[in-house]
Amino acid sequence: MSASSSYRQATNFAVFLGPALVFLLALLVAPIIVDLVVAFTDMAQTVTINEFTTKQFGKLVHASDDSWLGFELRGTFYRALSLTAVFVFLTLTIFNVTFGLILALTTTALPDRLGAFFRAVWLLPRMAPSVVYALLWIWVVDPTERGLLNQLLVHGFGMAPVNMALNHPMALIVISNGFIGASMGMLILTSSIRSIPQHLFHAARADGAGSLSVIRHVVLPALRWPLSYITVFQTLALLVSFEYIFLLMGSSRSTMTMAMLAYTKTLAPGIGSGQYAYGAAITLILIVIGMVSALLLYRLTNMKALLAKPRIEVH
Amino acid sequence: MARVELQNVTKDWGTAKAVDDISLSLEQGEFAAVLGPSGCGKSTTLFMLAGIYMPTRGDILFDGARVNDVEARDRNVGIVFQSYALYPNMTVLQNILFPLRFKKVPKAEAEKSAREIAELVEISSLLDRKPSQLSGGQQQRVALARALIKKPNLLLLDEPLSNLDATLRLSMRMEIRRIQRELGVTTILVTHDQIEAMTMADRIICMNAGRIEQEGTPEALYTRPETVFAASFIGSPPINLLPGELTADGLRIGETLLATRGETNARSVKLGIRPEHVVANGHGIPAEIISAEALGRETLYTARSALGDTRFLEATSAPKYKAGEQVRLSFDAAHSILFDAERDRRLEGVSAHA
Repeated sequence: MSASSSYRQATNFAVFLGPALVFLLALLVAPIIVDLVVAFTDMAQTVTINEFTTKQFGKLVHASDDSWLGFELRGTFYRALSLTAVFVFLTLTIFNVTFGLILALTTTALPDRLGAFFRAVWLLPRMAPSVVYALLWIWVVDPTERGLLNQLLVHGFGMAPVNMALNHPMALIVISNGFIGASMGMLILTSSIRSIPQHLFHAARADGAGSLSVIRHVVLPALRWPLSYITVFQTLALLVSFEYIFLLMGSSRSTMTMAMLAYTKTLAPGIGSGQYAYGAAITLILIVIGMVSALLLYRLTNMKALLAKPRIEVH
Repeated sequence: MARVELQNVTKDWGTAKAVDDISLSLEQGEFAAVLGPSGCGKSTTLFMLAGIYMPTRGDILFDGARVNDVEARDRNVGIVFQSYALYPNMTVLQNILFPLRFKKVPKAEAEKSAREIAELVEISSLLDRKPSQLSGGQQQRVALARALIKKPNLLLLDEPLSNLDATLRLSMRMEIRRIQRELGVTTILVTHDQIEAMTMADRIICMNAGRIEQEGTPEALYTRPETVFAASFIGSPPINLLPGELTADGLRIGETLLATRGETNARSVKLGIRPEHVVANGHGIPAEIISAEALGRETLYTARSALGDTRFLEATSAPKYKAGEQVRLSFDAAHSILFDAERDRRLEGVSAHA
């Protein structure tokens, strides 16, 4: 290889990948390193570091000879972990995957224009500013009879008004996040359903399959890869999601997931904020959980096969 | 095995007519080919028979019973697609067994049938493979087995050979014909390949622009085409079509007057003559060879004369004439076909020769 061509290779590399590398380093790697360092300090409201310590982790776990791990989770941390697990699992399974799939199946079964209309309706929450979306939900679940839900329950079904935020906080954050999250699954799965060759549907019909059998034997097998992708992507997104939880529930203990806990201890106005090192320690654990979850799901959903090479059928 | 009828069937897509008032009937066990160019409505006709499309007007009858409103899955029709449309997530065996799932056939019996049909189409050793691990020809056999396992009333083949190479196509033509004869299933083959239609079918239905141009035996379509389209679509190399004028003295093409037999009312005509019927034997119309293409077994020449550019075939593997050489062309009245140029239909009882 000549000197000029290797020089050109190097400059091409810098020109094409340079910006992406700078972006990754500045916005992904650097914050993780900063987080890692801060997690082992005593940084608080003054944003100064006086000592390097592991005491932040002591707020989350404490040593215990009874536990086989040698430590036990403290109440706040245990609660945040459980709430995160429940929130991610329910939102993901009920809405982001199942409801997204139902939306994709139903809107592709409709005539084209009608299907596009319904998909657009489901995309509206994603287009609306999050504050507007949260305000709408606050009105829907208002505990008095002004709330839309209670108007329906009281006047439509003769039931007593409910206080969702107080009595069913997890349901509220799962549903409100799910209604937004489902649209992404809907879009990806719709395009995947559209890319199934029409002949497969025709063949299945001629072979005697009804609508449900067509979904089971033709559509679902073709959605295996997009479903894997949505599962991995949305799990990671939900683990760190706190925006709508905060807007709807504030710093309520009943919905204090890991991401909410980190936010509350660092940047949230009012209660207990400014504990940067503590927040960094929580975030560090969240990063580890995210990595472990991603790797586990990568293995479970066989993403390697999806990412490895184009799946082109060779005749 | 069913007797199949189409009565004045039309299929509209918005304002466009894909199929325009066609009627035809197929006897039980018959093998018919629907032949025509892309967009002529042949696949739409096939999909209407399968129950995938509904006719806009007209009736489809199986054994005399109207099936317009019967869903595809209840028609008991086997269909082989151009792309084979095998289910990629299933093995060959699962693909073949798929139609029997919906017929509530006991598992052991279904597997026995699948193995029998696999034997018939010679894919017994491939049953555990996925479609992506098969060659085009093997996929085609699996598609055929899947279509046949439910003992269909009607077997529909939608350009099943067009993805195969030339050698495989030749053997698959015979294979499909053999299997069809063995099972005696009423079959419709849709194709744009005239050789496929002529070699496989008992009867050819030639379609153009949504209408049936002509139907009949392969031999009848070749030797007695009813329309200019049928004449030009069937035959390779294509028929020579020379525009001329019928006069009291004969057929005038340009400055040349050809002798005619039969009725000679003056009118515009097209003279059709197949390349193998034009001979360069030293007498007839003077012409200059402008190209010579060696086709292997024979040579195809194009010669320019007062009649226009005319193709003719000689049964020699090496070209006998070179471009620029002078020859004389003639043809026999028995092989000439005259078409009314205005109606594009064949004129009965009149012929020309040179």
